[in-house]
Amino acid sequence: MNYFKTLSGLALGLALSATTTLAGEIVVNSDQTDPAPKKAMEELVADFQKANPGITVKWNNFDHEGYKSAIRNFLTADAPDVAAWYAGNRMAPFVKAGLFEDVTDVWAANGLDDTLKSAAASMTMDGKKWGVPYTYYQWGIYYNKDVYKKAGVTEPKNWDEFVANCEKFKAAGVDCLTTGTKALWPAAGIFDYINMRTNGYEFHMDLTAGKVAWTDAKVKATFANWAKITPYITANAAAIDWQDAAALLSQGKAANYVMGNFAVATFKDGGMTNDNLGFMIFPEITAGIPRAEEAPTDTFHIPSGAKNKEDARKFLAYVASPEAQTKMNATLGQLPVNNKATAGDDPFIKAGFEELSSAYALAQFFDRDAPADMAKAGMEGFQEFMAKPENVDAILERLEKVRQKAYK
Amino acid sequence: MTVSPPGFWKRHQRSLAPWLFLAPGMLMFVIYVVIPIFQSIWISFYQWDGLGPKTWVGTQNYVDLLDDDSFYTSLKNNFIWLVLYLLAVPAGLAVALFLNQAVAGIRIYKSLFFFPFVISQVVVGLVFSWFYAPDFGLLPKIIAFFTGKEVAILADDRYATYGVIAAGLWPQIAYCMILYLTGLNNINPEQVEAARMDNARGLSMLWHIIIPQLRPATFIAIVVTVIGALRSFDLISIMTVGGPYGSTRVLSYFMYEQALSEYGVAMGYGAAIAVVLFAIMLIFITIFVVRMLAQERNA
Repeated sequence: MNYFKTLSGLALGLALSATTTLAGEIVVNSDQTDPAPKKAMEELVADFQKANPGITVKWNNFDHEGYKSAIRNFLTADAPDVAAWYAGNRMAPFVKAGLFEDVTDVWAANGLDDTLKSAAASMTMDGKKWGVPYTYYQWGIYYNKDVYKKAGVTEPKNWDEFVANCEKFKAAGVDCLTTGTKALWPAAGIFDYINMRTNGYEFHMDLTAGKVAWTDAKVKATFANWAKITPYITANAAAIDWQDAAALLSQGKAANYVMGNFAVATFKDGGMTNDNLGFMIFPEITAGIPRAEEAPTDTFHIPSGAKNKEDARKFLAYVASPEAQTKMNATLGQLPVNNKATAGDDPFIKAGFEELSSAYALAQFFDRDAPADMAKAGMEGFQEFMAKPENVDAILERLEKVRQKAYK
Repeated sequence: MTVSPPGFWKRHQRSLAPWLFLAPGMLMFVIYVVIPIFQSIWISFYQWDGLGPKTWVGTQNYVDLLDDDSFYTSLKNNFIWLVLYLLAVPAGLAVALFLNQAVAGIRIYKSLFFFPFVISQVVVGLVFSWFYAPDFGLLPKIIAFFTGKEVAILADDRYATYGVIAAGLWPQIAYCMILYLTGLNNINPEQVEAARMDNARGLSMLWHIIIPQLRPATFIAIVVTVIGALRSFDLISIMTVGGPYGSTRVLSYFMYEQALSEYGVAMGYGAAIAVVLFAIMLIFITIFVVRMLAQERNA
């Protein structure tokens, strides 16, 4: 009798485990609510299910801004099997809290160390890999060619020419550089570039890693270079969203915009075309410094509380494959991370591919390279600096105070 | 034949019944209000990112708070909110007096004035953001017409807080107005009649006869306005996100930024801010409760 019970129990257990592996379901949480990312994700899910019959994907799509706070709740309370997030320091809190699964085995089994090489460093912490990158995009200066023509200005070769151009744009009644910093982060793009061009990639990384004081002379040099253009930046930048500033560029009220490639769709919605929308690499400031670029990377991770880690690993492996990345990024209008994948033939994608593949090093973006509290205080400081450049010393002292607390 | 003594329930029914009725409410109050208050105080002595282990730091969070410029900005803004928000009380009274007349269609006017209180604070915030917006907003256009220069209220740290408070006053005045309108309905007509015979008119009538009778309404209006000013959060979150460069922060928004927002991982620090805000609120609540008890004793 007892023997029979054990047997049936075993059988039941087997049957249960069999059903979970056969009719596998993975829950994927992500934040692709904009039209293009949403479509790319829908295609990815459909293709993955076709390639892996028996696995169904349950996809929860979150609002982009809401996701950033929601992830802290669902990782601890009700973990999905796969979650979208970002590379670099942005994933550090979750890795340190043990909420992300070590996926070094997925990298090893699929040869990702080779194919995803460019993003390997930003996915590595404590010598292990914590997720899989699937897309990145370039940053640079987007400009209105019509405005350039009207003001009689040509593309600047270095910072001095850029500043000289600003004078001419001012005379033509146009904002030389526009930005909308209500959500803070657009200000960080400008800072990152001026700092990387003034002091180089290594110094920028040391600064975001908290190894250098904000009151350092080199940081002051960065702000001195920035101060040369603050009079020519859109005056009310602090009150407007980045999309509002994009409209200023499309309408010809502004000439340049330091932005990520995702903004191209917004410029084109505003009536710009491949003919009058220009793209250039941020000009050189200190001559001879190797050129580093911003390329924020989007990633997928397996939460350590996931229920179906086996199938989640298959999903990650699929996302990392060249076919999946080629197709996904064609829809996204961004660059695949996998070096065996092919980039689209849109002129801005091509320019970005050129820019990033010839770059000396890639930064993730200020709010991904620096820890959260430093990032927040820093971006607020940048916003204030653009409105009130005369406060620079007070701002830097405040940031130094935050640094001493943030990296403890 | 023996008479059995009445059961426990029979003997204590009168004293137990109120507690039974209160029990569900008190239980909720304890779970969702009282316990979290003590938890917050407890967390404020730790350094904690909300995910990892907690480290005991004693009063370090409070020491840091005293050294934080943002804290003083928030405190100052809370004070400005408190003072300016109280303008809603006299303004509400003025509107109520104005609307307290028998004219054809007065109900329509009353509902129009009450309208801002009905719509969500988020909508109020958006309406005012667009009103203030540089380039296409109405207010910058008006200012530009008179001065020739546009002013972007929410981009300027000198005006942003006042801009947000103005948006907040709109629904708050409506609320005070409703309180006063009900109060005006209960005015004793005989007293007004008698005062009129004694030649009281206009302001002296208002000051000596009407306002004293509106005291309960004034009391409630001040209480809700003070509490509303101290917990102002939604308008700031919608209109300025605490900016430009953190100049419109108040304590409640500062706490949210530090503990719960996109870049906020300092739970202990956020809890310390919450405790300070709680202490400030406690001062006002104590004043109100003491006054209320004193009034009840006199009545």
